Amino acid sequence: MATAEHTGTEGLSGGDGVRRRDFINIAAVSFAGVGAVAVVLPLVNQMNPSADVLALASSEVDLSAIQPGQAIKTTFRSQPLFVRHLTPKEIAEADAVDASTLRDPQTLEERTVDGKKQWLVTMGVCTHLGCVPLGAGEGEVRGEYGGYFCPCHGSSYDTAARIRKGPAPLNLEVPEYKFTSDTAILVG
Amino acid sequence: MSFPWAAHYTPKAPLMKWIDERLPLPRLVYNSIGAGYPVPRNLNYMWNFGVLSGLALVIQIVSGIIMAMHYAANDLVAFGTVEHVMRDVNSGWLIRYAHANGASFFFIVVYLHIFRGLFYGSYKAPREMVWLLGLVIYLLMMATAFMGYVLPWGQMSYWGAKVITGLFGAIPVVGEPIQTWLLGGFAPGNAALNRFFSLHYLLPFVIAGVIILHIWALHIPGSNNPTGVDVKGPQDTVPFHPYYTAKDGFGAGVFLILFSILLFFAPNFLGHPDNYIEANPLSTPAHIVPEWYFWPFYAILRAFTFDFFFVPAKLLGVLAMFAAILLLFFLPWLDNSPVRSGKFRPVFKQFFIVLCIDVLILGWCGGAPATAGYVMISQIAAAYYFAHFLIILPLIAMFEKPLPLPNSITEAVLAKHNLQGEEPAAVPAE
Repeated sequence: MATAEHTGTEGLSGGDGVRRRDFINIAAVSFAGVGAVAVVLPLVNQMNPSADVLALASSEVDLSAIQPGQAIKTTFRSQPLFVRHLTPKEIAEADAVDASTLRDPQTLEERTVDGKKQWLVTMGVCTHLGCVPLGAGEGEVRGEYGGYFCPCHGSSYDTAARIRKGPAPLNLEVPEYKFTSDTAILVG
Repeated sequence: MSFPWAAHYTPKAPLMKWIDERLPLPRLVYNSIGAGYPVPRNLNYMWNFGVLSGLALVIQIVSGIIMAMHYAANDLVAFGTVEHVMRDVNSGWLIRYAHANGASFFFIVVYLHIFRGLFYGSYKAPREMVWLLGLVIYLLMMATAFMGYVLPWGQMSYWGAKVITGLFGAIPVVGEPIQTWLLGGFAPGNAALNRFFSLHYLLPFVIAGVIILHIWALHIPGSNNPTGVDVKGPQDTVPFHPYYTAKDGFGAGVFLILFSILLFFAPNFLGHPDNYIEANPLSTPAHIVPEWYFWPFYAILRAFTFDFFFVPAKLLGVLAMFAAILLLFFLPWLDNSPVRSGKFRPVFKQFFIVLCIDVLILGWCGGAPATAGYVMISQIAAAYYFAHFLIILPLIAMFEKPLPLPNSITEAVLAKHNLQGEEPAAVPAE
């Protein structure tokens, strides 16, 4: 509305053509913009995991009942978690492989806790499209590398749960966990 | 809007006159889908599918609102309430089957509508905005259908939600936070189910709103027609009502007969038996497939099994899948041929047929297990899909010699009936 009638504001332009009203306009719109962003933030953030979901974000697993050669299927963040007690033979098999030849090069040491090489803790989520591989349950197929086998698209994992064959790009994910005692771990 | 010879609304009943003076809603309806909208006289049955899509949306909204009265979006009971609809609610089975198969029929008519536009060049100037809004509707439909499929909380619902939200997880750095944000958890759960229900209820009304814009944009230049030639005068058009309301009415009858056949005799033909097993996060179905209308895109997603420079295969697949749809937004500027209708474009016509076959092959691969053979076929078919739009169409536009166009719609119609030289008035009403 820059018309000559507004002599009152023109007097405040300071000579550079910027009127008092321009300043008020920009200030008001900016303030409203900041306000709008402040309102949008909680509206977006409400979609993040709620407190009760996060409260289940860590879980404790008792290892005492798992015999060598056995594995259990439990849940962590409502996704399957595999805990496997490797036999010396399975450890030897995993160590016999030259890690640098693998698709996702990692050694069994790197995938387990120091001094607890027999405990292999991984997510039970195939890194291809998120299916649950077989091999943790009693009598399930373990695939040609003796670890886990995903029935969806045929990915085979070895005894260190590393991808050896099939479309999956990565090894089964090892979640963050620590030993709380010799026979118990806290995942997450 | 539209043509100067369009009929004007003159309310006869005093009540309509009274309403029209205060709120010209009857006038708006008359000018949009009544005698006030002049339409090319030569539309064939491929022009039925816009109205049929609208009919399908109405079926979905009505059956959906009813189902929401009996359904509970909670992961503990959702599966049970769907079975409650099927077994206990009076006529519940009919309403749920109508909703599930209605989604499929909605996609069938929308795909025919899209391919009609592709063949007859309905995306070209001056109708680019109609095409773009149509694609927005299509994207909204896909989001709505995906979220609706999650609601019964069966095995396919759960694993479908996991795989599709997992697509966002392929994006570097921000992917996993986005996935967690979408789901409200680390895997699909109650939070995801609730928000999907909320949005599944909302989006159809957003679609209805965009449809209004789609029709508004269409009515500025008026409808395209099988010759692709512009309307030249009043002799080229007939009023929408009663001519095309009748023609669309006939199409609607055929549509409803086919719909009823599937609904009453093979209601689970297009569904997947695994979705009658309640969601189980610890056990994956052996063969995860989306609903059939996503198969071509699912095939493109799975076609990428190799890394390219620093981009991992999984991300490539996701980018290609989204690109396959977003590409269509650029179509009006990729195909520069001034001739609209494929009828007069001999080279385009052949490649159009190849594209249709290519999309069918992609669909077939998308529904099949991801074995090496199918993956190789989908790689070739996906490559052709992109080549068609990015290379072949621009080249055809440059080198093709189109057939001679008729001077007008009327001339084309009369030539077809061997009535050249006679006055349009002499054409029998068929």
